[in-house]
Amino acid sequence: MRTIAEPLTTTSALREFLHGLPGVDEVGIKARATALGTRSIKNDSKSWAIDMAIRMVDLTTLEGMDTPGKVRAMCAKALRPDPTDPTAPSVAAVCVYGDMAPVARAAVGDNLHVAAVATAFPSGRASLAVKLQDVRDAVAGGADEIDMVIDRGAFLAGNYGLVHEQIVAVKAACGLAHLKVILETGELRTLDNVRRASWLAMMAGADFIKTSTGKVPVAATPAVTIVMLQAVRDYYELTQTRIGVKPAGGIRTSKDAIKYLVLVKETAGEAWLTPDLFRFGASTLLNDLLMQRQRMAVGHYSGPDYVTID
Amino acid sequence: MTFEYAPAPESRAIVSIAPSYGLFINGEFVDPTSGTTFKTVNPATEEVLAEISEANQSDVNAAVNSARRAYDRVWSVMSGRDRAKYLFRIARLLQERAREFAVLETLDNGKPIRESRDIDVPLAAAHFFYHAGWADKLDYAGLGPNPQALGVAGQIIPWNFPLLMLAWKIAPALACGNTVVLKPAESTSLTALLFAEICQQADLPPGVVNIITGAGDTGRMIVEHDGIDKIAFTGSTEVGKSIARALAGTSRKLTLELGGKAANIVFDDAPIDQAVEGIVDGIFFNQGHVCCAGSRLLLQESIAEETIDALKRRLQTLRLGDPLDKNTDIGAINSREQLNKIDELIKSGDDEGAQRWTAPCEIPDKGWWCAPTIFTNVTQAHRIAREEIFGPVLSVLTFRTPDEAIEKANNTPFGLSAGIWTEKGSRILMMANELRAGVIWANTFNRFDPASPFGGFKESGFGREGGIQGLSGYLQSGTDSDDQAKGMS
Repeated sequence: MRTIAEPLTTTSALREFLHGLPGVDEVGIKARATALGTRSIKNDSKSWAIDMAIRMVDLTTLEGMDTPGKVRAMCAKALRPDPTDPTAPSVAAVCVYGDMAPVARAAVGDNLHVAAVATAFPSGRASLAVKLQDVRDAVAGGADEIDMVIDRGAFLAGNYGLVHEQIVAVKAACGLAHLKVILETGELRTLDNVRRASWLAMMAGADFIKTSTGKVPVAATPAVTIVMLQAVRDYYELTQTRIGVKPAGGIRTSKDAIKYLVLVKETAGEAWLTPDLFRFGASTLLNDLLMQRQRMAVGHYSGPDYVTID
Repeated sequence: MTFEYAPAPESRAIVSIAPSYGLFINGEFVDPTSGTTFKTVNPATEEVLAEISEANQSDVNAAVNSARRAYDRVWSVMSGRDRAKYLFRIARLLQERAREFAVLETLDNGKPIRESRDIDVPLAAAHFFYHAGWADKLDYAGLGPNPQALGVAGQIIPWNFPLLMLAWKIAPALACGNTVVLKPAESTSLTALLFAEICQQADLPPGVVNIITGAGDTGRMIVEHDGIDKIAFTGSTEVGKSIARALAGTSRKLTLELGGKAANIVFDDAPIDQAVEGIVDGIFFNQGHVCCAGSRLLLQESIAEETIDALKRRLQTLRLGDPLDKNTDIGAINSREQLNKIDELIKSGDDEGAQRWTAPCEIPDKGWWCAPTIFTNVTQAHRIAREEIFGPVLSVLTFRTPDEAIEKANNTPFGLSAGIWTEKGSRILMMANELRAGVIWANTFNRFDPASPFGGFKESGFGREGGIQGLSGYLQSGTDSDDQAKGMS
């Protein structure tokens, strides 16, 4: 079995390690994702999966037009997704830009996590000093989870040392806040890169690895998520530390969400089926989950007017 | 609560099984003159599904005569374009009634509905579509202008892919202008009989397809019938050899698709996670009842331990049980006899000193089942490394260099298929040149396509099915007598 021998921080040592990881066969992994997509989840398993998926949602608004009013409305929804049904669980967290973190924290109190995107989200094109200040501001504003982006330019140029160094610095700036590292897999393009970036982020101190910002055309896909789940599984076998995974962007239906839970169960294992280790970054997914939940309860579909739009 | 999958069984209401079935001769179901029948059983529950007729000599004669008449009067004089019309019609009907076929196949064979639904039935339809396309283009098959059909083909198929093997046999035969007498395996006749209904529904001229049921004796009558111009057989090497002996010295053409003991070779630079999937697809697909199964895993020593650990972890997620459940990965073993054979070989593995690991599965009370099994510390001398097990049992061997991998892979009387796992393209090409197997997969396993020829080397048989090469098995050409003379080299 592979081991992490000495501290891997320099570009050359990282390069040697990351390029020594087994490759990913794209055709094979897509076939596996398709096969797992045919799992048929019914009855009790479906109810369980829908509630679990709701509890895993990072309810997100990341728009230039975000206002305190919009953020407060979303927080209310996050706390009580279905006002007609008190048994409906809350989501895991709300996810906002750093400047909205104080608004979100005031709205949710200690009842939910507040995640803030930082480090010059979404492109990450700023100096390290600016990125770190971004993180400190968000933490000071009440965020207890930071979603950072990696420097994809540096990664693609092979400058793994720089990417590593930045993640380490951001982690230090986070203090007690949890760090989610966004790989932006749509820009890394190959699954070999996704696997390498996953390991790089985990070795630099990520608590979570996250697929996407939601700001580039290709966001989370089942294949990418499987590669990341394999990475956290293998990292656990090596270090006994469990790192979380967060697919974000493009997951809009309950059916999709349940498929992702199947991927988690059959790739990383049952231990990852908790909001502490798996999240969905989503905005519209929640309402579809709620509609399915209502249907499971009453036996027929309601309609979009029976779930709130905040 | 953990995330357990609730049962998700496919409804069997879609298919109606008659209490008994006749023989399909000259476009109609007729009672067998023998009057004898046998039972077909659901291997997952041991429930009797139907009574199947056993054809005797006069039934076989009737079927051959009907095929001959249809050949002389209708099918051989029909234009290729018109033959294609029927084949396209059959293909579409198979698609329209796909769920019915999938459920029936799973009931009669024991394979998971996921496989019959996603692989067997769609591929069967694809074979008819593909060959329908050839029917009016045979001039361009590379066999010279206006190649001629052979006449009546006698076809004998196995129980592991009942409908798919039927399609592999019937589609090219009909496309090339032959008529057929087909015998399904005695334990899996139902989808062939449902296919007979499709022939009626498609208005296929009577006698072009005749389906007669029965066991080995009926098969022998087909093989020895001198009204038949061509025998196509898929099954065991033992029976294949006896057929080759029976046809020696006759002018009847023969293709044989027999057993295998494929090597699945994993190099240390392979994409390990996908290789593990490929190993699983290779040997646990269809409970290992696959002639081209990757039953010998050759691992490069430097990654052997890591890969075996990953494989064991993966096998723990395989779901064995009710084949009709859409989440089942491993279904039932088709018959008690087959299960006994598998158990006997597993025991030989234990006795000869190989190390056995069995996936933790709950085995249902009724029916015939075998949990996925891996043997490590296997050597070339062990029976489980040499004999075809035809069950969910994997023998793991190791190698140090590519040369050793080739040597071990080729060190078998069989030569049907092989798999290569490496990220290095040049090594794939080198290995493919050196491996003596008819089908070689690189970074995948058990993928089938009607356009791709399938068939073996050595004791795995001769002749090809599928693709442009498969057409020559049903057409006359200058090299006819060569094929025959070659026999099994």
